[in-house]
Order: sequence, then C-alpha cells, then structure tokens
Amino acid sequence: MAKTDEVIRVPFLMKMEYRYALGAYASRFFQELKDHGRLFGIRCPECERVYIPPRPVCGICFVETGEWVPVSDEGVLVGATVVRLPFIDPMTGERRPVPYGMGIIRLDGASTAMYHFVDETDDAKLKVGRRVKARIRANRKGNMRDIECFELVD
Amino acid sequence: MTSGVAIVGVAQTCYEAAKDHLAYNELVYEVVAKLLRETGVKMADIHSQITASQDMFDGKTISSMSVNEVVGGYLKSEAKVAADGLQAALYGAARILSGSFEYTLITAHAKESESRRPAVTVSMFDPFTQRPLGLHDAISSGLQAERYLHVSGVTEENMAELSRRRHLDAKKNPLAQRAGDFTTKQILESPQMAGPLREMMVSPSSDGACAVLLASAERASAFGKRAVWITGTGNCTDAYWTERDLAEARALELAAAKAYKAAGIRNPAKELDVAEISARCAFEEPMYADALQLFDGDPRAWIRQSAKGEGIAVNPSGGAITGNPTSVAGLTRLAEAYLQVSGQAGEHQVAGARTALAHAADGICGQGHTVVVLRGNSGN
Repeated sequence: MAKTDEVIRVPFLMKMEYRYALGAYASRFFQELKDHGRLFGIRCPECERVYIPPRPVCGICFVETGEWVPVSDEGVLVGATVVRLPFIDPMTGERRPVPYGMGIIRLDGASTAMYHFVDETDDAKLKVGRRVKARIRANRKGNMRDIECFELVD
Repeated sequence: MTSGVAIVGVAQTCYEAAKDHLAYNELVYEVVAKLLRETGVKMADIHSQITASQDMFDGKTISSMSVNEVVGGYLKSEAKVAADGLQAALYGAARILSGSFEYTLITAHAKESESRRPAVTVSMFDPFTQRPLGLHDAISSGLQAERYLHVSGVTEENMAELSRRRHLDAKKNPLAQRAGDFTTKQILESPQMAGPLREMMVSPSSDGACAVLLASAERASAFGKRAVWITGTGNCTDAYWTERDLAEARALELAAAKAYKAAGIRNPAKELDVAEISARCAFEEPMYADALQLFDGDPRAWIRQSAKGEGIAVNPSGGAITGNPTSVAGLTRLAEAYLQVSGQAGEHQVAGARTALAHAADGICGQGHTVVVLRGNSGN
C-alpha cells in the first residue's frame, strides 16, 4: 500500500440559518426601544433587582418578575476594552475596522449590565468606572443597533 | 443514602409545529413553573438540575446556558446532556442515588422550527465519507426503513395501519401535535419522503419542552400515589449506522435486558401494562417493540393486533410519530409512562396501569437506546 506524507483535508461548508423567536419579554423591550427610544428593565418583586434585558424569572429568587421600569440612557462602565483583533461582524459578514471600543455598561436604575460599543479607542480614556451615555439612532428598527454606541460623558 | 429514586411530578408543553410566540427560556419556564405548582416543591429545595438540548437545533453551543436561569440553576449544580432527556433522567437518578441530592430537576427542550432540519442533521454524519455526498436524517431513515421492511416482511400498509392507530389515540391526548382520524389511504398517499416513508409515517417538525422531578425515597414518601418508582434502567450504544444491521436494534435489546433484570421483569409482554416507545418513524415501532420483547414472532401479526388496540398498550399518548422534538421525545415518554402508572393520564389513561416502560433513541438510525421501567405505588 502506498504511503502518503501529504496532509489531506476535506472541506465542508456549513450554512446555518436560524429564526429565533424573541418571545414576550424581549419583543416588548425592542418595541419600546423602536417606538420611543427608551430602555426598559423589569423588576423582581422579591429582591427588587432590575433586569435588563427583561425576562420572565429572577434567577436568584426564582420568582416571576413583575413591574416594567424605565432605566436611564446613562450609566457606568463596569468593564471596558479597546478591541484590536480582526473581527468579522456577524450581522454584515464584513471585517470590522479596528481598533474600536467595547464596554460592559450598567445603566442607572438597572442591576444587570449590557454589552455595547463605546465610541473611544484611547486606552487611557476607556476605563472601568467612567460614565457613559447611549447614542440612540433617530431611525430605529427594533434591534440592538438602535443604540449606535455609548459615549464617554465625564 | 436513599433506597430508591421516584418521579414525583411531570410537566409538558403542548407540542406544536412552531411556537413563534415563545423564546427558549419562556418555553422551558412554562414547564418548570407548572411542575413546581403541581408538586408544591420549592425551587429553594432543588439543588441539582440536568437539562437536555441540542446545540445545533438551539443555534448556540453550551445551549443550557440560555435556560439555566429558568430551571433555577443559579449557583447550583447544573449539567447538560446533549442527548435525549431520558438520558438526563438517568444521570439525575444517579445523582440522587449518590446521596448528594434529594431532588433533581430534569428538563428537555427544542424548537425545531427555528432551524432547518436537513442543515442541522447533516452535521451528525461522517465528514470524510458521507457528508460530501449529501444526506440528512430523513435519508438515513428511508434507507433503514427499506432494510427493515426487506428483512422483516413488514409492508407499507402495515406502517400505515400503525400510524393510523397512533394518530387516532393522539386525539385523546390534549398535548399531541398531529392527531386525527386519518385513513390508511390518506397515510399511504401522503407525500413521499425517502424510501418507503411517507410524511404521515414520520414525526413532523416540532417545538416543545418537558420537565420531570426526581426525588429520593425519603422525599418521595410525602407524595403518596403521585410518587412512582424507577425500578430498572438500561442504556446501550451500538456501532455507527453503516457498520451494523439496521434491521435490528441490538443496543436496545441489551439496554432492555438490563432494565428488566433490575425491575425483576421476566415476561415484558405480560408484566408491563404500558410501553411508551420513541419511534419517530412508523417502521421503528415494531423493530423496537421486538427488541423490547413485547411480542414474539411475526411483527406483522403484532402490528395488526396493536393497530386494533389489543395486547400491551403501546404509545397510548400517540407517541413521537405524532410530533415530539428531538431530545424531548424520550423524556416525554417518561412523563407519559409516569402519568399512566400514577393514574393521571386523563382521557388516554390505560385502566389499571401499574408497570410501564419508557424508551428513548439517540443518534443516527437509533445508535443508542435508553430504557426506564416505572412502577406505581398502587393500581388505579
């Protein structure tokens, strides 16, 4: 039998398409963002944590959440980084230009944090603890990109 | 250490082609909330949860993370099974038998409507020799059906008879997806899929979830008749689909033998009152019933008998052929077996059911099988 030193690879292209149902809670969250440019959380009646994005259950108390409460479009960076790795944008399939700023933001009035762009690429400025404000688009479609990004405000 | 494991409650969603109004976490919360409401058990007393789901159907890896919150898994011991929920129940039972947990919550979920089944199921197959030729699970099932019919003598008409009966029985199950008084002619004339399989002989695409609460003997004692004992379990995996005879289910024979031995069952056809068998396709049911020793001899004779509603009650819920999602189907069988032996099956209750079997199949053409035998606390 002939031996081979060649490394052979078999290509396989997987095209995976999904249609995720947003469900009642996320649907209302995005509808409010689209119609009024406002961000809503939902409060646990027991521990009073305000969850954003809204959800049916408080995972800590395991009770059903109840009251929808508006949260501020301003908050604080609890995590921040300047991304320099080349990255394919999942929505466009295009390579996203680097560097760009990303943050984990806890909005005033919310107990949980959200992930979004921060319009800052200077490491010295993009720091945990800095205050940020959402830049909300005028033309909204009811998805996460209705928030264009956050910007440093202090 | 506990002397046994009992099921103390079950909950299911209804099964539907597309639950467009529900996100994954909402789907799973529906069954968890119902289970806690009906059992009266508090989530604070449950410290062990095992979820079953398929990453490829969910469209995310570690797909349990999106439901951990709604199964009450925060800061607790959660594990995920990438197989049928009936295997999750086996792991859950082992956790209780270890003495580490008094309760274990088992859930299984899938929304097949959110992906494209052929694109998902092609990923099960060997990437060097099979995927390049293009295939998915309907094709492998068609090939297996052809092989089984050839070897067993079972006909397309036999498959239609059995399918007709299961869809008729499903009319009595309010959670069933595709139920109705179809004629064998309608079934035989439904669109062809692959091989001898017609659309009405194969489970439709389905969305749904199921939850089961397992308890130690100490905890179960408070539940009276609603506690049902797991008396035997077995699990066995065979060779890859192209490397075994697809006309038989050897792994199931061995899994069943183990479960029967533990349960002290010598003559399954006589001693079992109900068997809930995971058969997505009509031909799988006689093949699996044979491996489970539910009949001896000609499968055609058994099909004719079962289609008339005679002999051991098989799939009184209608079974997976009427529509249960991947990963959920086997746990649904366990839930249905539980309802039967605890006398809570409602309109599709089998009178006097005391001992029941639940079965799950995993992998391509039933590569792996799981069997659980249940015994109720008293007749009904």
